[in-house]
Amino acid sequence: MALVFEEAKAKIIEFINSKAKSKSKFYFNDFTALFPDEKGRDVKKILTQMINEETLVFWSSGSTSMYGLAGAGKHAEGED
Amino acid sequence: MAKHKTPLLDQLESGPWPSFVSDIKQEIEHRYANPKGVDYQVPAECPDDLLGLLELSYVDGETHWKHGGIVGVFGYGGGVIGRYCDQPQKFPGVAHFHTIRVAQPSGMFYTTEFLRQLCDLWELRGSGLTNMHGATGDIVLIGTSTPQLEEVFHELTHKMNNDLGGSGSNLRTPACCLGESRCEYACYDTQELCYQLTQEYQDELHRPAFPYKFKFKFDGCPNGCVAAIARSDMSFLGTWRDEIRVDQKTVAAYVGGEIAPNAGAHAGRDWGKFDIQKEVVDLCPSGCMRYENGKLEINDKECVRCMHCICVMPRALKIGNDRGCSILIGAKAPILDGPQMGSLTIPFIKVEEPYDEIKEFIESVWDWWMEEGKNRERIGETLKRLGFAKLLEVTGIKADPRHVQEPRHNPYIFWKEEDVKGGWQREISDYRVKHQR
Repeated sequence: MALVFEEAKAKIIEFINSKAKSKSKFYFNDFTALFPDEKGRDVKKILTQMINEETLVFWSSGSTSMYGLAGAGKHAEGED
Repeated sequence: MAKHKTPLLDQLESGPWPSFVSDIKQEIEHRYANPKGVDYQVPAECPDDLLGLLELSYVDGETHWKHGGIVGVFGYGGGVIGRYCDQPQKFPGVAHFHTIRVAQPSGMFYTTEFLRQLCDLWELRGSGLTNMHGATGDIVLIGTSTPQLEEVFHELTHKMNNDLGGSGSNLRTPACCLGESRCEYACYDTQELCYQLTQEYQDELHRPAFPYKFKFKFDGCPNGCVAAIARSDMSFLGTWRDEIRVDQKTVAAYVGGEIAPNAGAHAGRDWGKFDIQKEVVDLCPSGCMRYENGKLEINDKECVRCMHCICVMPRALKIGNDRGCSILIGAKAPILDGPQMGSLTIPFIKVEEPYDEIKEFIESVWDWWMEEGKNRERIGETLKRLGFAKLLEVTGIKADPRHVQEPRHNPYIFWKEEDVKGGWQREISDYRVKHQR
């Protein structure tokens, strides 16, 4: 079943908000777990679209990358 | 004149090797003097504060860098690594000190014009310090501030026809040896395969969706100039499946001393007369050569592609004509689970446009790893955890004796219940008919 962007987006945001007290950044695998019947690549397309519309942002340690809601969590001065 | 006293770092300059400390000091002088009148977009004191901060880390015995961040360029999830200093008041020049990874050209062939553009850009918009090249192969531009990232990216992509490399949980910038452009040992066009796969997998390079990093490296022959077998999650090693081509007349010329062995390398001292028995035949790891009655014979079926004989007598021995590559999976440095060399997965595959067979294999491996890999687990670790047989199953590759590294080391034959007549269940009374208690 193909993912509908708005529905998937709502589900992703709901998931992130449900964890907001303890976490602000998430691994890619956390999102594929939300859509067990979908291929990873289709979930990636949704996440990429959310990045492009600036709902989500990438976070990178240099070796590992994570996703988070724009503005969530602590940031160094100068990041927006 | 440098702002900070750095006695501990100064000591590093006293060793026999060129020191990065001397290089940074040179850049400090250059930036303060600013002979070209550059309108520096990050503080001129940036390299100066870098040395100051490093000296402090040596004194304290701990780092003063904060790790990671959301810095990046729009739409890209890799290529920029956020670095912030935890003493910004003392070292304002490196309060932000982000790293940018830039894709290196295949085989690292540069034009001087490109290098000038790159240096001018980095002098204007960065610290002026570079690392050519990082372990993955990228051009590493060390140290800039957040507002400069988009500016650098725009210049690189619009004026220099280049792109950011990979970082984070992405496909990292693929790297290759110089291949057929300069080397007669190359068994396939490494630069072309590297370029084509880089273009094909742009999404994987720039948008992270893997459990962890993933590296491709392309070696044209088993000499392994980019050390693919030791450093890349998927290594492409040039090889051949027919025979090493032997020119007996030229072998005789080596034996007779007319041609210098090793292409004249190691000629700094007198090693005595070239001894083909001692220097070639006896060193063959699988003992598949002999030199008798002036003739060199090779049992090619036993050859393990160590390249030694070819390297010693390059004019007499040449790689075979039926060429392609071997693909190995799972090499990595010791991050979590110790270092690992690649495991041979495809002993031989032709490397021909449009590379569909190779792409199909890559994608089947990725699908499996993306599904089964744990967060921050390299594919070599997934392979170890779930077994080589599982990899063969998901990629549809038939088990082959060449998959066994050494007897009893990595067995891949595990019977499944459906393959065994009668399954796992049996009547013990039937067994007892033939076997006493």
